[in-house]
Amino acid sequence: MDYFLELFLGGLTRGSIYALIALGYTMVYGIIELINFAHGEIYMIGAFTALIAASVLAIMGFGPVPILFLAMLLAILYSCAYGYTLEKIAYKPLRHSNRLAPLISAIGMSIFFQNYVLLAQTSDFLPFPSLLPEVPFLEPYAYIIRSSEIFIILTTLVVMVLLSLLIRFTRIGKAMRATAQDRTMAMLLGVDVNRVISVTFVIGSAMAAIGGVLIASHIGQINFYIGFIAGIKAFTAAVLGGIGSIPGAVLGSLVLGWTESFATGYISSDYEDVFAFGFLVLILIFRPAGLLGKTAAQKV
Amino acid sequence: MTMRKLFTLDEIKKSLLVALWFMVLTFPILAVRVNPIYKVVEWRWHNLLMVGIGAFLLSFPWRYFQGHGKPPEKSAAAENQALKNSKILLWRRHPWVRLCAVVLATGLVLSFPFLFSSYQVNIMTTALIYVVLGLGLNIVVGLAGLLDLGYVAFYAVGAYSYALLHLHFGLSFWLCLPIGAGLAALFGILLGFPVLRLRGDYLAIVTLGFGEIIRLVLENWNEFSQGPSGISNIPRPGLPGIEMSLNASSIFLYFLMIALTLFTILVVSRLRDSRIGRAWLALREDEIACQAMGIDKTRTKLTAFALGATWAGMGGVMFAAKTTFINPASFTFLESAIILSIVVLGGMGSMLGVILSAFILILVPEYLRAFSEYRMLIFGAVLVIMMVFRPQGLISNVRHRYRFEGLKTPPEELG
Repeated sequence: MDYFLELFLGGLTRGSIYALIALGYTMVYGIIELINFAHGEIYMIGAFTALIAASVLAIMGFGPVPILFLAMLLAILYSCAYGYTLEKIAYKPLRHSNRLAPLISAIGMSIFFQNYVLLAQTSDFLPFPSLLPEVPFLEPYAYIIRSSEIFIILTTLVVMVLLSLLIRFTRIGKAMRATAQDRTMAMLLGVDVNRVISVTFVIGSAMAAIGGVLIASHIGQINFYIGFIAGIKAFTAAVLGGIGSIPGAVLGSLVLGWTESFATGYISSDYEDVFAFGFLVLILIFRPAGLLGKTAAQKV
Repeated sequence: MTMRKLFTLDEIKKSLLVALWFMVLTFPILAVRVNPIYKVVEWRWHNLLMVGIGAFLLSFPWRYFQGHGKPPEKSAAAENQALKNSKILLWRRHPWVRLCAVVLATGLVLSFPFLFSSYQVNIMTTALIYVVLGLGLNIVVGLAGLLDLGYVAFYAVGAYSYALLHLHFGLSFWLCLPIGAGLAALFGILLGFPVLRLRGDYLAIVTLGFGEIIRLVLENWNEFSQGPSGISNIPRPGLPGIEMSLNASSIFLYFLMIALTLFTILVVSRLRDSRIGRAWLALREDEIACQAMGIDKTRTKLTAFALGATWAGMGGVMFAAKTTFINPASFTFLESAIILSIVVLGGMGSMLGVILSAFILILVPEYLRAFSEYRMLIFGAVLVIMMVFRPQGLISNVRHRYRFEGLKTPPEELG
C-alpha cells in the first residue's frame, strides 16, 4: 500500500508539473492553432534564470526565503519576456501564412534557444539548489512523499485556481475566450487580438517558469536539454486531454503522470516514455480528439 | 517603407529600444556565469555589448524587409500572365538551355569524386541521402499533407534492418536494400492504421511519439539491438568478386547514391502525376471533397505513409552502409526536424526545391565546421528567418496547369 501511495503521489507531482507546461501549449493552441514547440525552452530558460539568480543572491548573502521569492520572481519575469519576444519574432509575422510555416519557425526557435543556453552557459548538468522549504512533520513519511512534492502539488493547485479565475472573471479572460472561439468575430467586436495573443504567451510562459523552478528544485539538477523532453511530454499531455481545452490539459497531465509513475513502478523504468506515447496512441485510437476535446463538426 | 525613411530619428530610436530590450533579455544567461560548486560569479559584459550592437544593426533590415516580404496579392489571371512571361520559366523551357544544363550537371556529377577528396565525396553522399529522405517525406507532407514528425523512425528501421540482418544472417547489402525498404513500408502502414482518423496536429504528436518509441526500443532492448552502444562493422556495399579499397568503396557508394537519387526522382515524379498522386493532392486540399469524389481515403493515406517510408528505409540502408556503424543516437527527433525543414524550406511539394534545400541544409553546416560550436544556433536562426521572410519556401510549388492552345502544342506541364 505504501508503495502504491508513493507511486500515486509521485505521479501526481509529475502530472502537476506537466500541467503547468501543458496549459501554455493548450492556451496558445486554443487561440492561434499553433504548436508552440519552443514552449519547453521557455521553461528551461526559466529554470536557468532561477539558478543564476539564486546563486548570485546566495553569494551576496541573502537568506533562503528571499532567495526563493526573488529567484522565482525573476524566473517568471524573464520567461514572460522571452515568451513575448518569441511570439513577436517567430510567430506574429507568420500569422497569415500556411500552417506548417509557424511550426518550422517554432522548431527553429527551439533549436536556437537550446544552443543559446548551451553556448552561453554550459552543456553539463548544473546542480540546482533546493529552494523549496522542508516541512518537519513530514519527516517520518519521507519514503512516501517528500515535502518538495507537497509544495509542488499545492503551488500547482493555487496556480490552476488563479488561472481559472482569470479566464472566467476578468476582462482579458473574456477576450481570450472570445478569441479562442472565433478570432475574426472577436476582432470585429473590438477585441485587440494581438494583445490577447501576447497575453496568452506571457501567461503560458509564467506558468512554464513556475513549473521549471519547482521541478529543478525538486530534482536538483538542470541542463540545456530539459526543456525539450518536458515540452514533448507536456504537449503529449495536452493532446491526450484534447488540445485547446484547459481542463483537458490538466486531466491529460495527471493521467500521463500516473501512467508513467505506475508503469515505471510496476513494470520497467527503461520504457517510461514508451508507455507514455503508447498510452497516447491507445487513447487517440478510441477518442481521436483527446479525452475532453470536442470533435468539431466540419463545415463543407 | 523606403530606404530613406529607414534612418529617421524615429526609426533610430526604435532600434535603440530594441537593442536595449535584447540586452535586458539576454542579461542573466549571456552575461552571468556562475559556478555553483566554487561559488564564483563571472561577469561577461562584453557579450552584452555585442548583443546590443547586433540587435541595433539587425533591427533595421528586419523592419525594412518585413514590409517587403509579403508579395502583393495578385489575381489569378495576373498570376497566370506573370507565369507565362516569367523569364526563368521561359528560359527553363528553352531546349538549348535544358541540354546545356543536363550536360553540365552530368559532367559535374560524374567527375566530382575524381576532382575532390574522399572527404568531400562522403559529404556529398550524405547530402544525397538527405535528398532521398526529403523527397520521401515530401510525399507524406508535401503531397498528401499529412504532418509527420517521426519520419526518422523509418530511417532507423532501414538502417537497423541492414545492420541486424547482416549481423545475424550475413545477408548482403543488395539483398538488404529491398528488404529494408519493404520493412520500412510495413512500419509505415503499421503507423498509418491507428492514425487514420486523426487530424493535423494530433497526427503530428502521434508520429513524433512513434519516432521516439522506435528510438527508445532500440536504445533499451539490448538483446535485440545491442542498445546504445550500437552495431559496428557493417560492411560497405561491393560488387561480387571485386576487392575495393576504402577510397574506391566510398566512390562506389557515391555513384550508388546518385543512382538511387535519380531513381527516387524518377519514381516520385511519376507517382506525383499518377492517379494516386493526384488523389494525394486532393486529400491535402480538402478531405471531405476528396471523399465525395469517390477517393478511398484510407487507401490513399496508407499508400502515402508506406511509399514515403520506403525511401526512408532505403536511405537508412545506405546510411548504415556508409557509416559502417549505427546507434540509436543517430535517429533523434532533431533528425526528423531537419528532414521536415528540408521539405518546408524547399517549398512543399516542389521537387526541385526539396533537392535544392537538402543540399543547402546539409552542405552549408558541413562547411561551417569552422564555427562548429555555432552551427546549430545558426541552423535554428536560419529556419526562423527563412520562414519569416519566405514562408512559401525556396521554390514555391507551381500548380499543374493544363492548357489547350490549339492542336499543335500538347498540354503543357509547368513546375
